[in-house]
Amino acid sequence: MNTAGNTKDPVFGVAAEFSCARDLYHAAEKIRDAGFRHWDVFSPFPIHGMDKAMGIRRSVLGKVVFLGGLAGFLTAVTMEFGPSSFLYPLIVAGKPTNLFTVPAFFPIMFEFTILASAFTAVISMLVMNGLPRLNHALFNWDRFKKVTEDKFFVAIEAGDPKFSERSVRDLLESLGGTNITTIHGD
Amino acid sequence: MSEATATIEKLSDEEKEVLRPPLVLNKRTMGWISSYISSIVEDRTPTWWWVAMGVTVPMTLMCLAMLSYLVATGVGVWGNNHPVGWAWDITNFVFWIGIGHAGTLISAILFLTRQKWRTSINRAAEAMTLFAVVCAGIYPALHIGRVWMAWFLAPVPNSNGIWQNFRSPLMWDVFAVSTYFTVSVLFWYTGLIPDLATFRDRCTSKIKKGIYGMMALGWRGGNRQWRHYEAAYLILAGISTPLVLSVHSVVSFDFATSLLPGWHTTIFPPYFVAGAIFGGFAMVLTIMIPACAIYKPLHDLVTINHVDKMCKIILLTGSIVGYAYLMELFIAWYSGNPFERAAFWYRATGPYWWAYAAMMFCNVVAPQIFWFKYFRTHLLWVWIIVQFPNMGMWFERFVIIATTLTRDFTPSAWGMFHPSWVDICTFAGTFGLFTTLFLIFIRFLPMICMFEVKGVLPEADPHHGEAHH
Repeated sequence: MNTAGNTKDPVFGVAAEFSCARDLYHAAEKIRDAGFRHWDVFSPFPIHGMDKAMGIRRSVLGKVVFLGGLAGFLTAVTMEFGPSSFLYPLIVAGKPTNLFTVPAFFPIMFEFTILASAFTAVISMLVMNGLPRLNHALFNWDRFKKVTEDKFFVAIEAGDPKFSERSVRDLLESLGGTNITTIHGD
Repeated sequence: MSEATATIEKLSDEEKEVLRPPLVLNKRTMGWISSYISSIVEDRTPTWWWVAMGVTVPMTLMCLAMLSYLVATGVGVWGNNHPVGWAWDITNFVFWIGIGHAGTLISAILFLTRQKWRTSINRAAEAMTLFAVVCAGIYPALHIGRVWMAWFLAPVPNSNGIWQNFRSPLMWDVFAVSTYFTVSVLFWYTGLIPDLATFRDRCTSKIKKGIYGMMALGWRGGNRQWRHYEAAYLILAGISTPLVLSVHSVVSFDFATSLLPGWHTTIFPPYFVAGAIFGGFAMVLTIMIPACAIYKPLHDLVTINHVDKMCKIILLTGSIVGYAYLMELFIAWYSGNPFERAAFWYRATGPYWWAYAAMMFCNVVAPQIFWFKYFRTHLLWVWIIVQFPNMGMWFERFVIIATTLTRDFTPSAWGMFHPSWVDICTFAGTFGLFTTLFLIFIRFLPMICMFEVKGVLPEADPHHGEAHH
């Protein structure tokens, strides 16, 4: 029985290796159908259609970014109109400073919206992924280093209500997984 | 792989013709892609790198020396004068920022349009964007003269009680360029995370592992991470597309919103954007062809097919630029405005006729040779021909900026522009800076986006080798 990490640490889960994207995809479909919830598949690149195979929904990131962009837009509106039109009107060439002059204010509103959206997208992506996080139980497993090269992995976590080491090992073996290993770590 | 080959062999000749050429040649595997791209960074520093740095680092230092001299003495060390208040500084600013645009076009617009061939060139092109914007940023920051007052551009309260004029195109420019740089850095870094994880997992030395591990932020490649990652990447591509179009439009507003004949035209934004893409693609090829000549196996990733496609884009955008030049001339005549007519007549036939002729030849005539497939597919020819757009786009900005300014409305205010030695050394120095940054990038970061190239291999398809539904 293969193990990785310090066996005194609690069990993180059971992981298996697959050799290609196709096998991983079909394994994911079966694990989804078996009703597991706390599990993930690992691959060197995003696999097209894997969300469906795993039965997970689309990322909510887009909605968050919309709010971030909106905040950026409103910041620019406040920053520009507040001082320029109301607090310290700056009259250049006798032109009005009221809200009807919005076209001239628009480029900066646009740039601010983009800037805030970009920061929201990157920061929310990291937060949703639980990153940055430099240690992880899976890093205790030496074979897992190949995940960023050309190998594919499945890990079913011990936190899953259906988890039992024996049955998960059998399931992964029946799906064609190799090097099935129990991962220990915090 | 062998199944796919077998399927292809069963096809008739007509069916083979409509098949797209493979994006990665010689059936390279995922493992090969990781090992080869990483080996560029992991192997001993090659001699040519030191030689190249031996040339570019002194040039960079010369640039810094020139800028220090300018700050210490005053902006008069440049050849700027009355009436040519914007001269080489703004010409070089627009030149460099334009070069950057091809990187964003490749990474964002080609991503949204699902052009999978972008994957092998986008990383280097994005790096090129950042370095070009660094070179561009030097000029507007320093041409203001009193550099220590640059913070007046930022909307923070100052002791003079003056708030920024947000309706000035120069303020738009500040926001557009700084946003562009920041978003490009975010986009580039986001794309680097999975590849930095590859470096982390391959490293043998503890220090390197620590540095790359830190930079990879603990990336594990789980699908629950990929789905947010892909969403973020898509959104960044989606917002970078209007951003890149807006940046060069805003740069063109610096001229178009003025009332000078030759600048005050509505064609400027699309014409500037097309020119930026044109010049930028030329610079991508200028860099990538030598890089692939040094690292020969890269020809399996950056194939002739890629070069061919980039040449076609150069041909298209070069023709758009040519159309814009002719339309400017036509409108100058058709408007019936004597000042407008005089401005264009002066550009083409005045003392700066050679700059105008160089611009026309390099940007409009020379790229037309790309109609012939031979010249699009032979790397030495491509490299020689793309030097014309590189030069031509500089001349275009010189013609638009310096030539236009030499003739004011009244002849008493006319003048000529002559660059000073500081102008010339600063500009040459920015090439050193650009190349130095690029050489450092090649040595320490993956210059090809490994995970995306793996994703376009046939075996990356989860239904690879299965019967079609």
